[in-house]
Amino acid sequence: MDLFDPQVITGNLPQFWRGLWMTLQLTTIALLFGFVAAIPLAVMRLSRNPLVATPVAAYTYFFRGTPMLVQLLLVYYGASQWEWMRAAWEAGHPLWTLFREPYFCALFAFGLNTCAYTVEILAGSMRNTPHGELEAAKAMGMTRLKALQRIVIPSALRRMIPTYSNEVILMLQGSAIASAVTLVDLTGAARNVYSRHFAPFEAFVFVGLIYLMLTFVLVGLFKLAEQRWLAHLAPRKAGAGRSS
Amino acid sequence: MAGASRAPTQENNMNHKASVEQVRVEDLHKSYGDHEVLKGVSLTANSGDVISIIGSSGSGKSTWLRCINFLECPTAGRILVAGKEVALVRNRQGDLAVKDPRQLQQIRTRLSMVFQHFNLWSHMTVLENVVEAPVHVLGRSKAEARERAERYLERVGVWKFRDAYPAHLSGGQQQRVAIARALAMEPAVLLFDEPTSALDPELVGEVLKVMRSLAEEGRTMMVVTHEMGFAREVSNHVIFVHQGRVEEEGDPKLVLRQPQSERLQQFLSGNLK
Repeated sequence: MDLFDPQVITGNLPQFWRGLWMTLQLTTIALLFGFVAAIPLAVMRLSRNPLVATPVAAYTYFFRGTPMLVQLLLVYYGASQWEWMRAAWEAGHPLWTLFREPYFCALFAFGLNTCAYTVEILAGSMRNTPHGELEAAKAMGMTRLKALQRIVIPSALRRMIPTYSNEVILMLQGSAIASAVTLVDLTGAARNVYSRHFAPFEAFVFVGLIYLMLTFVLVGLFKLAEQRWLAHLAPRKAGAGRSS
Repeated sequence: MAGASRAPTQENNMNHKASVEQVRVEDLHKSYGDHEVLKGVSLTANSGDVISIIGSSGSGKSTWLRCINFLECPTAGRILVAGKEVALVRNRQGDLAVKDPRQLQQIRTRLSMVFQHFNLWSHMTVLENVVEAPVHVLGRSKAEARERAERYLERVGVWKFRDAYPAHLSGGQQQRVAIARALAMEPAVLLFDEPTSALDPELVGEVLKVMRSLAEEGRTMMVVTHEMGFAREVSNHVIFVHQGRVEEEGDPKLVLRQPQSERLQQFLSGNLK
């Protein structure tokens, strides 16, 4: 038997393709949810009122302090442990029955996980808003809310781009644990192919390369985002301050 | 100070304007804990006045200016803006804050501030910096705000940098953008908090030139400064602050040439250019 038989890959392309699609869905949806929810949560995280800030701090502490795999298993297997949850399933409750679906459970756990990290990244970035810029906002008559909307959040979102790109890449790789709850993502597809053909190199090297390529694309996208939104922090280029 | 103490240089430009009281500060105190920074200071700014507040570092002059638009909350005293007393309440720190947020906003849009470190919003272009508050605070239309912003940028000589980011400009250019941003609010009074202190010496001139031309337009200005030349030649009233008190004040031509107090004599001998 050869060490590497390309036919194992070519013969299973549809399987890999479906796995890739699953990985992309899980990653993108979780990241989108995490990002959108992180904005209000980061504001709450920085609230001077402990009743507002502490619950968010506890949430990010829990999700950053435990493995995402544990969180996923807890959601997927834990949901059915509640009497009321099972009752809701039987009654066909539209919301709670979602927790029977591994796909939803994975999105739920991944989304909450990436959201927790994003909250901390964004809150850190907001904390680093130059004090003078806030003072200028105040002096120009902006309310706290207006200053958040117009100055603090837009500026923090831009400055967090390099850090956030790490979170996105980690989320992509982290989504590989979806196969623990029966989902066939990219890694799951590789595992299926491996167990059918006993061809570990073909299966895992191939998906490894796909992950690499996806990461490469993400890095490129973030580079573009930095050019677009971080131009104000870049060194001055010839032609800056041009008179068009 | 009344119109009588006006410097002759300003008279030609401003005498046709009725002398309307813009800002009055009475017996203002400010403490940080046990340390009293301002020990009862007062001033009146009428329209067209250019008041220079001078004094050594730590004398309380910047704190005074920052109390006027409530970037700092005074511990005691009264402030009247456009003849109307600002209603104050004691906050948790024991200082006086503006009771009505709407009045606070009115004060801050009426009195526009230029900072020592410019404090431009770094993620916005020059033009966006100037358009921002007129649109999002005053509620002007974008087109109108933009048109005015371009006019003010032109006025201070930085129009050609309108699409640049602040970090890509020199300090003098940034400060001129900050002045345009303050002008775009079309305020009754311009507050300058050591506007040239963070600038390289060769860039000070361009900012002072703009400030001088604003004074010549008859704008009401309160300037905390170390620039004795500006205080002497441009302002019509100078206030020397020492250890939280007004040590001496009056017509800069007199006060700065023949200081009466020993403190001001010492201060000027270390500062005179």
